[in-house]
Amino acid sequence: MLGLDKKDALLFLIVVAMVVLAPFILNPFPTDSSLAQFNAGYPDLMQRFLIFGIFAVGFNILFGLTGYLSFGHAAFLGVGSYAGVWMFKLLGMNVLLAIVSSVLMSAVFAVVIGYISLRRSGIYFSILTLAFAQMSYALAYSVLSGITNGETGLQLSHNDPRVLGASVNADGSLPVPNLFGLEMRATETLNIGPWAFDFNAGYYVCAVFMIAGFYLAIRIFRSPFGMMLRAVKSNQQRMHYTGLNTRPYTLAAFVISGMYAGLAGGLMVSMDPLAGAERMLWTRSGEVVLMTILGGAGTLIGPVLGAGFIKYFENIFSKINDNVLHGWFAFMPDGLENAVVWILHPFIGKGWHLTLGILFMLVVIFLPGGLVEGGQRIMGLFRRSPKDGAKQDTEASKHPAE
Amino acid sequence: MSKTNFTRRGVLKTGALTAGGLAMPTILTAASHAGFTNAPSGGTVTLGFNVPQTGAYADEGADELRAYELAVEHLNGGGDGGMLSTFSSKAIDGTGILGKKVEYVTGDTQTNSDAARASARSMIEKDGAIMITGGSSSGVAIAVQGLCQDAGVIFMAGLTHSNDTTGKDKRANGFRHFFNTEMSGRALAPILEANYGSDRKAYHLTADYTWGWSQENSMKTYTEALGWETVNTVLTPVGAGDFSSYITPVAQSGADVLILNHYGGDMVNSLTQAVQFGLRDMQANGKDFTIVVPLFSRLMARGAGENIKGIFGSTNWHWSLQDDASKAFVKSFGTKYGFPPSQAAHTCYVQTLLYADAVTRAGSFNPCAVVEALEGFEFDGLGNGPTLYRAEDHQCFKDVLVVKGKDNPTSEFDLLEIVEITPRDTVTYPVDHPDFQGGSLGSCNAGA
Amino acid sequence: METIIIQLLNGLDKGSAYALIALGLTLIFGTLGVVNFAHGALFMIGAFCAVTLNRILTLSHTVIDETQTDFLGNPLKVEVPYVNGIFGEEMGAFIIDWNVPLAIIFAIPIMVAIGVIIERGLIRHFYKRPHADQILVTFGLAIVLQEIIKAFYGANPIPTPAPDAFRGSFDFGVLLGFDPYTVIYPYWRLIYFIFSMIIIGAVFAFLQFTTFGMVVRAGMADRETVGLLGIDIDRRFTIMFGIAAAVAGLAGVMYAPINSPNYHMGMDFLVLSFVVVVVGGMGSLPGAVLAGFLLGILQSFASMSAVIETIPGINQVVIYLVAIIILLTRPRGLMGRKGVMED
Repeated sequence: MLGLDKKDALLFLIVVAMVVLAPFILNPFPTDSSLAQFNAGYPDLMQRFLIFGIFAVGFNILFGLTGYLSFGHAAFLGVGSYAGVWMFKLLGMNVLLAIVSSVLMSAVFAVVIGYISLRRSGIYFSILTLAFAQMSYALAYSVLSGITNGETGLQLSHNDPRVLGASVNADGSLPVPNLFGLEMRATETLNIGPWAFDFNAGYYVCAVFMIAGFYLAIRIFRSPFGMMLRAVKSNQQRMHYTGLNTRPYTLAAFVISGMYAGLAGGLMVSMDPLAGAERMLWTRSGEVVLMTILGGAGTLIGPVLGAGFIKYFENIFSKINDNVLHGWFAFMPDGLENAVVWILHPFIGKGWHLTLGILFMLVVIFLPGGLVEGGQRIMGLFRRSPKDGAKQDTEASKHPAE
Repeated sequence: MSKTNFTRRGVLKTGALTAGGLAMPTILTAASHAGFTNAPSGGTVTLGFNVPQTGAYADEGADELRAYELAVEHLNGGGDGGMLSTFSSKAIDGTGILGKKVEYVTGDTQTNSDAARASARSMIEKDGAIMITGGSSSGVAIAVQGLCQDAGVIFMAGLTHSNDTTGKDKRANGFRHFFNTEMSGRALAPILEANYGSDRKAYHLTADYTWGWSQENSMKTYTEALGWETVNTVLTPVGAGDFSSYITPVAQSGADVLILNHYGGDMVNSLTQAVQFGLRDMQANGKDFTIVVPLFSRLMARGAGENIKGIFGSTNWHWSLQDDASKAFVKSFGTKYGFPPSQAAHTCYVQTLLYADAVTRAGSFNPCAVVEALEGFEFDGLGNGPTLYRAEDHQCFKDVLVVKGKDNPTSEFDLLEIVEITPRDTVTYPVDHPDFQGGSLGSCNAGA
Repeated sequence: METIIIQLLNGLDKGSAYALIALGLTLIFGTLGVVNFAHGALFMIGAFCAVTLNRILTLSHTVIDETQTDFLGNPLKVEVPYVNGIFGEEMGAFIIDWNVPLAIIFAIPIMVAIGVIIERGLIRHFYKRPHADQILVTFGLAIVLQEIIKAFYGANPIPTPAPDAFRGSFDFGVLLGFDPYTVIYPYWRLIYFIFSMIIIGAVFAFLQFTTFGMVVRAGMADRETVGLLGIDIDRRFTIMFGIAAAVAGLAGVMYAPINSPNYHMGMDFLVLSFVVVVVGGMGSLPGAVLAGFLLGILQSFASMSAVIETIPGINQVVIYLVAIIILLTRPRGLMGRKGVMED
């Protein structure tokens, strides 16, 4: 199907189903129950899941296949965001314009940075990409404020010279990013009993790009080009000895993954038209590294899972405060309730960084293959006959990068 | 993997079908038909407190959150009522807002526009917050203000000192109680003249971002108006840590005043290091060398320790004020938490009360009604004397405090002493001030 | 001329902080082959050793002073440190004043212990794992460590002044025949520079002139052979990790008066010190020290207002720019060996 073998087609269909049905899957708890706190099915977070999923899938094409660890990928996210907002300001509010310009602009940056950085490998490559990204961040934050609006971030204003469309709507409000008139923030809510499910236009635009991006990633992974990249990872020297110049391949991978990041940036500003310099900070680059590895570097689905995991933590865990805890444990006697809240206090709300750090360490220590490996191990537990297990092993060794 | 997958897919398919079937009889409803975003239904109303809980301003964020919790308690009739009893408007009576019990959700801005907007959006989209407030930096305030404008909810800014918040980036749905760099300049200049004379040479070190430039510009304008000469202005990277390479040239520049347009950790480090480099022991042009920090924060001043003694700066509010309102607030905050509130806590508490009052006076949660009620609102009894929410730019005009690092602090909270309460007329600037141009409020947005 | 001299001094100072952290990083990398992203956190914990000692020394009991009132109008509670009770008021005040130098003694065992625990409990299991895993697990560790510090000490910087005797600054200008106040330098920064030179010297001497150091150097060159000779190299490497942690910690303790410690100072330093290590060449101790001073001095010169006016923003990017140029012209940094960390 679609030029994919059976296994890949299945994976692809699962991803499509998950993405399309996410508004249901992510809102499993009735809105007035105490567990509604854990619902993640509201437009902003769902969009973020997909946008960072795209970012991580793209990063994985570089890191997962070639093993080149870029510590500056956030720069492309930032460049894409700025390009997108400028498109809104200058040309028009159609998101396709913004997204196309984001992807092209980050491709240009990726060609330049990639061409220079790929002259070195290993940690020297990482430091070069880090240096470029940090320079972009520092300049965007201060000196280039004319283009980036510095710390405040670039946003729409009442006097943008928008060529296709008005600067300000008739009622004095700013125009909203749209796809041929369909506003990205338009949301329909479906109420079924105590449950509420949000269907957001922007989310489904992201979904289309996510599905297309994921499909492209599968094709790249399975193509001869993908094989070449994996060969670079396993032994670059041997490739050189066979008289092959690997640089064009790695550069292509770098640019493709930079374009994914630019696409993520373009989608980000399409959903919420603001681009800030912090988007380029090295900790943001670190975040996408974490996502990819947490989920499982080199696997197709891993980065998407990792992105979802981290974004869920950032947005859901950070909002649990002591009050909420007291609500949960109200059934306990007072002394015990306070004790439980006191123990949990450092890990929730403002302590979400700590919890994330600990969980992250646990995953790296015990599940080097990330969440995907965790999933496989759990599946392995349920496998009945050892024969199947052996078969699984041989399959895994056949596809070492999957 | 291959064997179980088939059934999994089957499960998903069945799930999709069931969901589709369920969807048939129910009606697709738009977000709300009440005419504005997140119209409260039932007996409660939800406010969104968006403060930095991680990152460099986490301590200020924690203090803001304490103030919000206190305000909610007072609005719902709990505690001793704090400034409710001193507030000149008597619309709010301790029964919640318009009879609805006040509930709140919290979020973490991380002092980062992206994260701040994400958490604000989640409060609006998921938790149904009708008003967003908080923040400890101007970048975040402006970003969230823009978001609230688009979403159709009210934004009551927390600590934000940049001119742009109510200048070029002002929005109809956004309101700021805190003062700004222009007011700092106007308030400080007369005090600087009285203490240091009108023949001084100033050297500026400025944090290289929007707030820093704005502060430098105001200080330059008003000190030059006194007759001071600006010797040099140097931009320093934010979060530089070590400022030695910027401080050492000051001694040889011929300047006799160093103005540090820094805030937060940068202020602590640059001030500490300037003192270590002996600038305050120095004589220049026959005068004692002095340092000025235009924006003081008590929480940050603690980090600088002894070094702030005798240094002038401005602040929005300080707990040692002796008017009834401030005393009432300090008492109820101090009794609950055991230490006095910061200026960030004060502005956040006041903003919550002002919002509740405006809703009550308007008789509606509709943002456009609230905007109308707040515009041109004249009030007193919230700690800064008579105050006006100016209709043209949604900026509060009130007294500004000029403070000085205290020589003999009696406790770790007693670091600043009030030198002068600059009256509102002195700090009021015209609506068409050039530093505040380039944007417009637009019209209020009530959302869906 | 004065400007040049003073920026050189500033650069040496900044450079010594970079060099100390980079030295520790290189020690760990060279001996254990582990890229330690938690090294910045160790530096930060060092600085907080000084803060902690201060907290311990100023542990107090409250005395109610009826003559004064606190902010709520109640009688003021005055905190009287226990050390005043033990050593008498004057001696007590003196001990509190000398908190930072005392913290050196306090920090060494703590840092070594933390280092050994980290190596035994965590790093040990990562020797055979890919470098990416090492980076990730130590990065996670760094986040956990800094969040723990934040939970205890809050997010704001905490003032940790140097002893009174070292306050103020030294007038170099007069010594060199310039006008007074043209070239001044704080005593504490001079001490910091001298202190770091001593530490750097001690580490080199230790590796060069002791049997232990010789074995470790041999192990750095060829771990397997040393192991085959029947030498317990693992135990020595654990000790080396402890030493590297102590070096980072001491750099932190002494830095506390210069920069009020806060929980994220480690991360701020981490990226720069990685750039330093890589520019120096992975695994080269002299390279790390050389690159530390070089980049420190360059950064200072780039911060001069004449330079900033010519090239705006250069002060913010100079380190990265230099790193890019060096890496492109010298593929393995200034003094790196071939084949290290290139796969």
